[in-house]
Amino acid sequence: MGQNLLTDAIQRGPVTLVVNGEARTLDLDLRTTLLDALREHFALTGTKKGCDHGQCGACTVLVNGVRINACLSLAVMHDGDEVTTIEGIGRPGALHPLQTAFLDRDAFQCGYCTPGQICSAVGLLAEAAAGAPSQATGDLTAPIVLDDAEIRERMSGNLCRCSAYPQILEAIRDVAQSSGAGAGA
Amino acid sequence: MRPFTYERASDPAAAAKSAAENPDARFLAGGTNLLDLMKLGIERPTHLIDVGRLPLAAIEDTADGGLRLGAMTTNSAVAADPRVRARYPVLAQALLAGASPQLRNKATTGGNLVQRTRCLYFYDPAKPCNKRRPGAGCAALEGLNRGSAILGQSEHCVAANPSDMAVALQVLDAVVETVGADGQARAIPIDDLHRLPGDTPHIETCLRPGELITAVVLPPPPQGPQAYRKARDRASYAGGLASVALAGGRIALGAVSLKPWRARKAEAALAGGAAPDEAAAAELAQARGQGGNDFKINLTRRLMAAVISSGKA
Ligand SMILES: Cc1cc2nc3c(=O)[nH]c(=O)nc-3n(C[C@H](O)[C@H](O)[C@H](O)COP(=O)(O)OP(=O)(O)OC[C@H]3O[C@@H](n4cnc5c(N)ncnc54)[C@H](O)[C@@H]3O)c2cc1C
Ligand code: SF4
Ligand code: FES
Ligand code: FES
Repeated sequence: MGQNLLTDAIQRGPVTLVVNGEARTLDLDLRTTLLDALREHFALTGTKKGCDHGQCGACTVLVNGVRINACLSLAVMHDGDEVTTIEGIGRPGALHPLQTAFLDRDAFQCGYCTPGQICSAVGLLAEAAAGAPSQATGDLTAPIVLDDAEIRERMSGNLCRCSAYPQILEAIRDVAQSSGAGAGA
Repeated sequence: MRPFTYERASDPAAAAKSAAENPDARFLAGGTNLLDLMKLGIERPTHLIDVGRLPLAAIEDTADGGLRLGAMTTNSAVAADPRVRARYPVLAQALLAGASPQLRNKATTGGNLVQRTRCLYFYDPAKPCNKRRPGAGCAALEGLNRGSAILGQSEHCVAANPSDMAVALQVLDAVVETVGADGQARAIPIDDLHRLPGDTPHIETCLRPGELITAVVLPPPPQGPQAYRKARDRASYAGGLASVALAGGRIALGAVSLKPWRARKAEAALAGGAAPDEAAAAELAQARGQGGNDFKINLTRRLMAAVISSGKA
């Protein structure tokens, strides 16, 4: 029951992704992960491959505004979807507030995990604004306040081998507070 | 990863039929478990049926005051649903204790239910594993078995089920709805879905070839407190060593058996007036370790007693 161009018995196929606002159709081996499509075919190498198994968060991107691990998704699963990578979050001269906060707080050392951290934090702020709870949420029916425990828990899917965690927390706390979602000064 | 053909399903019954026609086919939902295993060569489907866009992503009220969770609802969406948070907090807590936010945004209700074990040797194609290759032997018996089962295991397999969600579904008496290759719908009580390993550890559920999970139905919540607690090696983004779900007088255990374990002996003991610790001990009298996981028996007993006591306070 192929609903679209990808019908029976094919191992390659055209896949359309709208990456950072630009739609492109690629002819892909269907085994291609979303991560490899972005890095190898769109030449957007900001998104990093750490573990390739969902265990580190380095590959975090936003798909239709929701953060996911690009390594555990096939590109073909996202045919027609809008993907935002770190390159689409902000650019030199037009940085996203989280990018500025990461610079101000020195929230990285080697920087390998940073694109994933920032994409993840963008997703975190949207989830909290939509009222989604986390394991750190005491009262599941109360409004979400992004205190430090909440930020830590909601960023637990992003590992940092350099252990810049305290600075990453500070950077996200800065942005959460300036947007009114934080726990106050 | 081995090459495969791919189709995107638009109708549940047709997806089930297609899967039954091709024994080496797999349903692809969020992909967070299947693609991981395909990269390692442990799953080798020749055909993928992408069920991710089936119209099964709704959370609906049922006539009797319960909820129906479509099989394609994400773990995040279920945990965030106001009805789940208010009436089934044990389910929201169990979901939020699993994996990471990114993974929960992809992981589905159906995929979570039938995710495979995280036994180290199941994940290592160089080691014998009866689950991967029936009759090959079980490397975990003599190997690293810190995470293995203490309840219901067999000499053929001592693996544990890693799902947090399924433990909460046990105390909610959830019902799994499916459609078969013949187009027939079926309702399976959650306690009947997963099988103990016995001498066929490669057969993990009662699902028939091609049978697709379409929804999980939650009856109205039982009266009384609900709670979920998970013990693990780090505070977040780690699989459980043991977990306990409580709802009303019902108790279930996670990460201690190949089945999400309904603790009926403990429930009976509590109903008969036993203290929390006595009830936990009644359940775990049958528990056995493999050496590396002997500590889990005490861990589970204490965790059970703590959760039951918290519910009584
Ligand atoms: C790093 C990491 C940590 C994790 N930690 C946890 C944890 O702490 N707790 C926890 O509970 N889980 C954990 N998980 C597992 C995660 O919850 C599962 O991978 C996820 O729930 C699977 O859902 P999916 O939709 O992605 O399934 P998929 O990967 O798409 O599918 C998994 C299996 O289910 C089958 N399937 C999918 N949908 C259906 C259906 N509707 N009917 C019949 N069969 C179907 C597929 O064919 C496949 O065999 C972790 C995963 C990772 C990678
Ligand atoms: S415990 Fe089960 S899954 Fe693990 S190696 Fe033994 S047979 Fe395989
Ligand atoms: S590369 Fe995707 S989670 Fe590590
Ligand atoms: S800055 Fe080096 S891994 Fe995070």
